Amino acid sequence: MQALFLSRLNKIYASGVHALRDVDLVVDEGEFFGLLGPNGAGKSTIIGIISSLVRKTRGRVEVFGYSIDREPWQAKSLLGLVPQEFNFNSFETVSQIILNQAGFYGINRRTAHQRAEQYLTELGLWSRRNSVSRTLSGGMKRRLMIARALVHQPRLLILDEPTAGVDIEVRRSMWDFLRRINAEGTTIILSTHYLEEAESLCRNIAIIDQGQIIENTDVRSLLRKLTAQSFLLDIDGRLADVPELGDFHVVPVDESCLEVEVRSDQSLNELFARLAERNVQVVSMKNKSNRLEELFIRMLERPPEAHREPTQVEKTA
Amino acid sequence: MRGSAVYPGYARQTLIALRTIAWKETHRYLRIWLQTLLPPAITMTLYFVIFGNLIGPRIGPMAGHTYIEFIVPGVIMMSVITNAYMNVVSSFFGAKFQRHIEEILVSPTPNYTILVGYLAGGVGRGLLTGLIVILISMAFTHIQIQHPFITISVAFLTALLFSLGGFINGIFARKFDDIAIVPTFILTPLTYLGGVFYSIELLPGVWRELSLANPILYMVNAFRYGLLGESDIPIQTAYSIIIVFIIISVCLSLYLLHRGVGLRT
Ligand SMILES: Nc1ncnc2c1ncn2[C@@H]1O[C@H](COP(=O)(O)OP(=O)(O)O)[C@@H](O)[C@H]1O
Ligand SMILES: [Mg+2]
Repeated sequence: MQALFLSRLNKIYASGVHALRDVDLVVDEGEFFGLLGPNGAGKSTIIGIISSLVRKTRGRVEVFGYSIDREPWQAKSLLGLVPQEFNFNSFETVSQIILNQAGFYGINRRTAHQRAEQYLTELGLWSRRNSVSRTLSGGMKRRLMIARALVHQPRLLILDEPTAGVDIEVRRSMWDFLRRINAEGTTIILSTHYLEEAESLCRNIAIIDQGQIIENTDVRSLLRKLTAQSFLLDIDGRLADVPELGDFHVVPVDESCLEVEVRSDQSLNELFARLAERNVQVVSMKNKSNRLEELFIRMLERPPEAHREPTQVEKTA
Repeated sequence: MRGSAVYPGYARQTLIALRTIAWKETHRYLRIWLQTLLPPAITMTLYFVIFGNLIGPRIGPMAGHTYIEFIVPGVIMMSVITNAYMNVVSSFFGAKFQRHIEEILVSPTPNYTILVGYLAGGVGRGLLTGLIVILISMAFTHIQIQHPFITISVAFLTALLFSLGGFINGIFARKFDDIAIVPTFILTPLTYLGGVFYSIELLPGVWRELSLANPILYMVNAFRYGLLGESDIPIQTAYSIIIVFIIISVCLSLYLLHRGVGLRT
């Protein structure tokens, strides 16, 4: 079963901006799908069209087989939306917002109260249920929008950059929550420009840039396209010289840290064998930068941000 | 299996959504009663004191009634009209401005349900204000309602019509200034010229003819007929005009909602 089906979707805004060009996309039921792209790529436009807040110029949209044009009632009933911008009534309390939402979806009072308690508790907002929404912190507002989107138990949950401006701790707990919801059967589509987020959560992703899908694959095979990765190695003791490690390209970062480039035709075992030969004790090791990010930069053919050194992806490309 | 069994049926969803929107709208004006219900009570009391008690006796009888009796129906209508209009336009525009209208637009709630829900708020506040003003007027004069059915139905239809007007205004409004234009430049002049404070029989020929083009005149007169048994114009004409305007406004509102004007980009 396809949770979402988009065919030749086009959007030209009244301003003349051609925001989407022939977007085709299929998301299967049960997936945790990532929609990745830089700002202005068209992520929110796609989500807006699916949720009927943006009128498409051309193309087809189906949610669980229901056309948003011909069977909007069914399509909308199955969809839950967490928009990019806060869009709840800032004068209403947390529980009023949830209960109203339940009402808009035809859920009776008693069930609505049960679910409000359930989701507000799970998202850590139950103690704030009587607070007026504008008094919540940014992270709480984000979680409120997630609770609101779930109260009618949608089969497809779409989140538009849900962790923007949320601190790392809250972000991780949101990720855990979303993974659980997904494991329980809700199909999730998440847009993000945090690549780490997609790498950590999603199995399949589509990369969108300037209104076009430029890559649509699973995260693993995408990562395999990386021609090389850079690692930072912390060394026990101090290094007098930069050790000679055969084919591996080594750059000293400081006297107890090395940056080593490992091409896809080389292996980490080889690297460690070389290190052992030279009596170099590695204390810890990490990727120099987010792998997906490296790939992303290469695919979009954008120069890396000024503050970062060129990654080896670009050097080898 | 397309999952619909898990969800409430169409009729059930629509009814519960309607109840939710209508209650939300009602709750809104009741909660901010200092801004919604109190001002008309104060203004209308002033009208009764100044025009009724102080100036009225010098004006003498109008169309066979004391001046204060004559103005009561118009003053009530004035508050019904303004409050019905303002409730819907400010609530709907506020929902657009804060973007929480999106909660409803994204939900399966059909357009006519959204419309009826918002109208329920406007009609409710219009009628409640009318009731408050009637009660105040009883402190100043002894009015016995002549035709209760006409009184109530005209008040209801008028509240409905101006709630629709507020809704259409709210759809087109882009900034807060836009919600004051129609009440200031259209509603207030038409109401004052709509025979609230005088009988159009007092007007010279041309002005009288012009007044007959003012729809509010018909509502005020029909309502005066309901309360006092007295009207400048035939009551059937009044009903026909109100109902025609309502039908046009309903069609326009649904069309605008369908096109997503001012709501969907
Ligand atoms: N309401 C609008 N009117 C005109 N142009 C818009 C509107 N919304 C978005 N755009 C333009 O459409 C493009 C895609 O925007 P958006 O979908 O918001 O991107 P993203 O969510 O990926 O950041 C951008 O060029 C943006 O400026
Ligand atoms: Mg966006």
